[in-house]
Amino acid sequence: MPSRTPIVAAIAFSCLIGLPVVALLVRSLGADIVGTGSRGAVVTAALVLSLVTSVATLVVAVVVGTPAAFALARVPFRGRAIANTLVEVPIILPPAVAGLALLMAFGRRGLVGAWLADAGIALAFTTSGVIVAQCFVAMPFYVRTARSAFEGADRDLEAAAMVDGATGWGAFRHVTFPLAAPSLGAGAVMCWSRAVGEFGATLMFAGSLRGRTQTMPVAIYSLLETDLDGAVLLGTVFVMLAIAILGATSWITRRAGGPGRMSDRPERSVGGR
Amino acid sequence: MRTRRFLLGACVPVTVACGGSEPPATAANPTTSPSPRAPTTEADATTGPKLVRAPESGGVVVFAASSLINVFEQMWAAFKDQGGNPGVTITANYGASSQLRTQLLEGANADIFASADLLQMELVAKAGLVDAEVTTIARNRLVAIVPRANPGRIMALVDLAKPGVKFVTTPADVPAGAYTRAVLRKLASDPQFGEGYDTRVLANTVSEEANVRQLVVKVQLGEADAALCYATDVAGVPAGEVAVIEIPDAANVVAEYPIAVLKSAGSPATARRLIAFIRSPAGQAILASAGFRPA
Repeated sequence: MPSRTPIVAAIAFSCLIGLPVVALLVRSLGADIVGTGSRGAVVTAALVLSLVTSVATLVVAVVVGTPAAFALARVPFRGRAIANTLVEVPIILPPAVAGLALLMAFGRRGLVGAWLADAGIALAFTTSGVIVAQCFVAMPFYVRTARSAFEGADRDLEAAAMVDGATGWGAFRHVTFPLAAPSLGAGAVMCWSRAVGEFGATLMFAGSLRGRTQTMPVAIYSLLETDLDGAVLLGTVFVMLAIAILGATSWITRRAGGPGRMSDRPERSVGGR
Repeated sequence: MRTRRFLLGACVPVTVACGGSEPPATAANPTTSPSPRAPTTEADATTGPKLVRAPESGGVVVFAASSLINVFEQMWAAFKDQGGNPGVTITANYGASSQLRTQLLEGANADIFASADLLQMELVAKAGLVDAEVTTIARNRLVAIVPRANPGRIMALVDLAKPGVKFVTTPADVPAGAYTRAVLRKLASDPQFGEGYDTRVLANTVSEEANVRQLVVKVQLGEADAALCYATDVAGVPAGEVAVIEIPDAANVVAEYPIAVLKSAGSPATARRLIAFIRSPAGQAILASAGFRPA
């Protein structure tokens, strides 16, 4: 007779995860929707800023991250093992440490920041700084997934295409890329969701100013003291977003005939490495 | 209230545990209400070691304004040492007084609240969370600080309004931010600074940081060009990292630090002893040596 313990554990775990989410939604039902004072302006500015910065991060991730991931997966070069480890560091790093590291690197007296400052480029306290923080934290999620996808793509099919006269680029475009596309999509969604949720590094490196550096998570933190209902409503937006993201990822992977949950992918590919 | 409580998760990790592994005195010991709810007596501090201890866990949780961090850490050591309370564990949660107020109103349990302004204490008292009288333990004033390298080339207060200066402050509901705005308003009424001086300075704001200590760090790192902070905050900065520009008394504020025992206190008698110690000559001397003005 199979033990019931795992089922009980699964239910208990689901409750543990579900309860706070449900509580937030319940609390939001009683929240004052209209709000007072500057809430409308704060929320609108935060939504717009979060959208702009996270999309910018996603664009950087895809444009820079795709070739980088391909190189990390396929092109042997000196130091590739180190590079492969380095790109994953931010995934493990606590966001506060990420913020501190960014300050040390790109702050006005930082390693690189001092030169940038001389050149008249400031990152701390700017929207660009928000994007830098998001890239640092979120890009690795895309690069890691993309790298695994390129590693996993069937080389025989590429070779066959080359035999049939395809150039290297042609083989990539018509064979490798389509094979990797579902994973790239899942990685992009993951990257974007991390970017939009980025908090600690943003707060430490870019600060908090409405319309310039105050993204949605930072706005929630700031609203907590003055307008709890506003914070709750903005939090509810995030819950909806999370559900939508999970749904979208599941749809992308299922459509491609892959496993249903995106979490399966990195796991499988890590094992395959 | 029930549904709200979990939201605190966002703030609670800020807690700075300085008392070892002892868990904070929370609702875990609601039964330890000690029998003699004696009113605060000044004698407690001096006769501390001889007092018969109430059957309390010995742990005191203090929610304190972040400008008190350094001086309170000294205070705890002195309370245990000079005050003769070696067994007492003090766990402090430092933050913006407004943030602490939010945490308390949302159900966080603590023994003592020490605010950097009267308003936040008033809000906590109005919510019925204060157990006994509120007393003032110290006063403070503001100064302007700039990084050692002074990238904004700020030589005087008037320079804060120069376009392009990277000014940092806190939101207006954080005491330091409220005082900053008050000082700037007062300065603006001086023709030497000119009308609109305060709006020009605030327009230079590049970030509203969570609490006053964050401001000091941003200036210390050289990220920000200037900030207004408490005179006592500078003491915690390594010598020479920031330069101070004094604010004339006429334009300055008197920041008052009220303290009170809370109804949620798990160790109210110990909490009273701690407050009595802070108010005793020994405690006041520690505050004075940190640059605070007497209550």
